[in-house]
Amino acid sequence: MREVSYVKALNEALSEEMARDESVFLIGEDLVELGGGSGATKGLAERFGTHRVRQTPLSEAAFVGLAVGAAMTGLRPVVEIMYVDFVTVCMDQIVNQAAKLRYMSGGQLTIPLVIRSQGGGGTSEAAQHSQSLEAWFAHTPGLKVVMPATAADAKGLLKSAIRDDNPVIFLEHKLLYATKGPAPREEYLIPLGQADVKRPGQDITLVATSFMVHKSLAAAEAVADKISVEVIDPRTLIPLDIDCINTSVQKTGRLLVVQEACTHGGFGSEIVRRVTEQCFGALKTAPRVLGGANLPMPFSHPLETACIPQEEKIIDQIERMVTDA
Amino acid sequence: MRIPEDTLREMLRLMYTIRAFECRARQLFEERRLRGSFMGALHSYEGEEAVAVGACIGLRPDDYILSTHRGHGHCIAKGVDVKFMMAELLGKETGISKGRGGSMHMFDPALGLLGGNGIVGGGIPLALGPAFSAQYRHTDQVTVCFFGDGAACQGNFHESLNLASLWKLPVIYICENNQYAVTTPVNESIAVANVADRAAGYGCPGEVVDGSDVLAVYRAVTEAVQRARGGAGPMLLECKTYRYQAHCMVIPDRRDPQELARWQKEHDPIRHFERYLLDQQIMDEAQQSKLNEQVHKTVEAAVTFAEASPLPHPSTVAEHLWAED
Ligand SMILES: Cc1ncc(C[n+]2csc(CCOP(=O)(O)OP(=O)(O)O)c2C)c(N)n1
Ligand SMILES: [Mg+2]
Repeated sequence: MREVSYVKALNEALSEEMARDESVFLIGEDLVELGGGSGATKGLAERFGTHRVRQTPLSEAAFVGLAVGAAMTGLRPVVEIMYVDFVTVCMDQIVNQAAKLRYMSGGQLTIPLVIRSQGGGGTSEAAQHSQSLEAWFAHTPGLKVVMPATAADAKGLLKSAIRDDNPVIFLEHKLLYATKGPAPREEYLIPLGQADVKRPGQDITLVATSFMVHKSLAAAEAVADKISVEVIDPRTLIPLDIDCINTSVQKTGRLLVVQEACTHGGFGSEIVRRVTEQCFGALKTAPRVLGGANLPMPFSHPLETACIPQEEKIIDQIERMVTDA
Repeated sequence: MRIPEDTLREMLRLMYTIRAFECRARQLFEERRLRGSFMGALHSYEGEEAVAVGACIGLRPDDYILSTHRGHGHCIAKGVDVKFMMAELLGKETGISKGRGGSMHMFDPALGLLGGNGIVGGGIPLALGPAFSAQYRHTDQVTVCFFGDGAACQGNFHESLNLASLWKLPVIYICENNQYAVTTPVNESIAVANVADRAAGYGCPGEVVDGSDVLAVYRAVTEAVQRARGGAGPMLLECKTYRYQAHCMVIPDRRDPQELARWQKEHDPIRHFERYLLDQQIMDEAQQSKLNEQVHKTVEAAVTFAEASPLPHPSTVAEHLWAED
């Protein structure tokens, strides 16, 4: 299979969906010349016209609101928020409007909306450009939350998100855009709510999201001669494929969740809660979350590195959990 | 502008309906409060009837409106049957939003009613959406967005007016300046004499309208709608008006009683319009009071319908969140 970058995979998904369905349009900052914050929309204005690739003023509340209202009235907007950190200025439109309008209208409104954004640290951009905020959205009933870790997943999941009739928050990672992976050139869909076993194993279940999937796979490889690690990427947090995780934990008896988001109040805790409630008898040791530091992301490289789970830490955690029991 | 007599009679019927509905809703609220049960927040539109009716009567069913927390008048003026509204107030399964929304969240997309809002100003960015959608789909539908003087102080007002004007979106922003936001008078919250004056800052026309004169509102909105349908972009209208009741049922009214009496005596929208219809020999007193009686019967029938309707069953609580349910 051909190799493609994550950002190109996103671009293909957008392009295919825009070609398939005229009601799909893109809206956000600097989408035309720059291709958005990541380059994912490059070339799309030339191909589909600026009436379908809408470059906006710096007005996130207005253009997210516009997208929600357009979704209520028959269009399928794909919004880009340059950095997920900036959702704070349009959170009302996401949390109080998009997520709730269908329910509050007794099912009369349908909001087929995708909000793409990028999260994560590792580029020394400091605390307002490095957050992983998926838990905020997962904590709001009415939003689906997607976090692809590979090019193949990015393409198949974005296409499904665009076809979904609900508001979907689609969180990319800034360190993933340039990474390459195999992905079919032709059209395919990956359903929301289906986890992927990225590496099968027997001794411990490691659930990881977004960029942490890659670090976890590297850690699993590093310990492979003594410990067999099963790495699962849920790919979507809402809906969550808890069955896949439970099945794995039933087999391994151990659960480690690795997330980049700060540890407290994070989605990893939610996975631990559900596994503990449903697989308590199978657990050989206490489930753990290895997450980011509970701090604003610092600027300086060694400090930033200290705040993000690194491969050595993941290895250390795996070893302790397997030898402890 | 000549207005057909049937339209004039319909305007009076709608204004009567709003006043009777609000009056009856307050009674129900009081009765329930005495019995120790809650009916949520209730924001009366009494005194402001001319704004909703003057603005909506000339709209087509496929034109959109966005309403507010004080939205019963908008719903009635856009053509919603009061029995479904009354049932919603009582939280019944037959309510317009199936009991999921309540007073502030009434929706009827088939009539172009895209909902009230519990977030003051929340509808201002949303209104860009249906307007954009009409432009995108090349229809000539317009969107009317109601908001208060308090909402005019929200930041999203600036973003939205700028974007609407920049993209020439077919949206009419109507500020219902009823002189107060809860207890805060406009001169303590708005730095210019008229909200409409701000239009100049966005490069769109603005106009101050006597909000107690239904014909003045009708004329101003009709002109704005013609502009918008013709592709000339948005307009900001400010209707000066006054609410007769306290902000909502549970907040004491500390406004000057003489101020209220003066508005009621000099600017009551219904008395004003009744006199006009008499003077023009379109409806005499007997016809007017007959119409008012009919309206009261309709509202009473709505109460009967609402009270007889079943409450939603708790087993249905999760329905209407997701599109696939
Ligand atoms: C964002 C937000 N802030 C505060 C409130 C509480 N609140 C409800 S209505 C209201 C006053 C609104 O005033 P205005 O926009 O003038 O409308 P009016 O009530 O006068 O019709 C306030 C402060 C709210 N619902 N939403
Ligand atoms: Mg007010």
